Amino acid sequence: MATGTGTSQSDVILRVEDLHKKYGKDEVLKGVSLELRRGETKVVIGPSGTGKSTLLRCINQLSVPDKGRVWLEDVEITHARTNINHARAQIGFVFQDFNLFAHLPALDNVALGLVKVKKMPKKEAVVRAREELARVGLAEKADSYPAELSGGQKQRVSIARALAMDPKLILFDEPTSALDPELIGEVLEVMIQLARGGMTMIVVSHEMGFARAVADRIIFMEGGVILEEGTPAELFTCPRCERTGQFLRKITELYGETSGR
Amino acid sequence: MSYFEFVGMIMPRLLRATVVTLELTAIGIGSGFVLGLLLALTRVYAHRVVSGIANVYIQFFRATPLVIQALIIYFGLPPYLAAMGLKPLSPFAAGCVALGLNSAAYQAEYLRGAIQAISSGQMLAARSMGMTKAQAVRSVILPQALRIVLPSWSNELIYTLLYSSVVYFVTLDDLTFVSMKIAAKYGRAFDSYSAAALIYLAIVVLLSRVLAYVEARVRIPGLSVDDRAR
Repeated sequence: MATGTGTSQSDVILRVEDLHKKYGKDEVLKGVSLELRRGETKVVIGPSGTGKSTLLRCINQLSVPDKGRVWLEDVEITHARTNINHARAQIGFVFQDFNLFAHLPALDNVALGLVKVKKMPKKEAVVRAREELARVGLAEKADSYPAELSGGQKQRVSIARALAMDPKLILFDEPTSALDPELIGEVLEVMIQLARGGMTMIVVSHEMGFARAVADRIIFMEGGVILEEGTPAELFTCPRCERTGQFLRKITELYGETSGR
Repeated sequence: MSYFEFVGMIMPRLLRATVVTLELTAIGIGSGFVLGLLLALTRVYAHRVVSGIANVYIQFFRATPLVIQALIIYFGLPPYLAAMGLKPLSPFAAGCVALGLNSAAYQAEYLRGAIQAISSGQMLAARSMGMTKAQAVRSVILPQALRIVLPSWSNELIYTLLYSSVVYFVTLDDLTFVSMKIAAKYGRAFDSYSAAALIYLAIVVLLSRVLAYVEARVRIPGLSVDDRAR
């Protein structure tokens, strides 16, 4: 994906500076910094327990970092005066285990944020929600409750829920790890379309097929820091870090590349 | 006079007393719900200290007999109320207060359990899209918790109806107290009490039906107690 090299500062949508986070004595993030430009897709990989999910949660303050700063465009999210709900409304978040609202049909899952957070009239919100469900191929499931949907369908509804808010970027926290293998493809397909359509996203995932297809950059995290960051080609062919190469070979072996379509 | 003639004769008095029992139950369960919901939300979401105070309240009312609570409110409080320039409570008011305060403690515990049974991911998802905590509780947590709590709440409603009979201690003419008076006046204990029992029974059967209907009406796939047990 071409993201012009001569990008100006205003193209930077998200800036993360020196994030630290401890859970008890365990320092999960030990100084993570990164930048995300408009339209860019970054895929974060790394062994489990290296702080990938914590990084995403610290970005939208679902976990409050101990140290470090996060900017959404020119607003510092981590600043005490910033209205965090206002910032969160602009950052989509897709969870590993979907977290669809269990008491609401798919349509209302997508419409709820529009009504409650964006104060959109109910009728308008429902129209918008239908559009978003159609976009992820679930128009006919509008009236189904989460318990009546497959895992892949749930995740697509949750992506529609994020999209409806017109977010500036979407954070995906292992969006396919809770899915049966045969359901992963349908979710990745939606995500690939999003990436190609210019959505800005950070995706924690080990789906290397997906990463190769749409990632502008891959970030390799281990032990609470970013060990390496580069284009998929750079990381796959000649990783400067031996460790990254090792890990990539291992997950490619494990997960295969079946999902990159 | 045969059993049926006797019961037919006392029925108007019993039914008038039944109205008192139903009013008492409705006010008790209703005020208990409002206060119980506040207590449950406090227990789950408030600062540790405030939550602790709510817990003391709940423990006190669950660890002492309802009769004692009613006696304190009706007979124990008037001197203190008088000191504050307030009039003593009527038997009906005292009964309502006792039932409401007591039921609140039980309902708080049921509601707390239901709120805590909701996966933490629901709150995370709501907050991640920019909802305030209050919005998330109102639009996401409570609609689910109230559905989960419905079966145990139904029991609480029936208990409140039956336990409302202890207000005879505060001399309120409810169904129980009136049946006692009739039994004593005519010397026909079995007839009077069994008539009262049948009235309680009929109300409980009716209430159970209504509650089962409501449960079926608000049922959502994946969100009821039996779904979870499976």
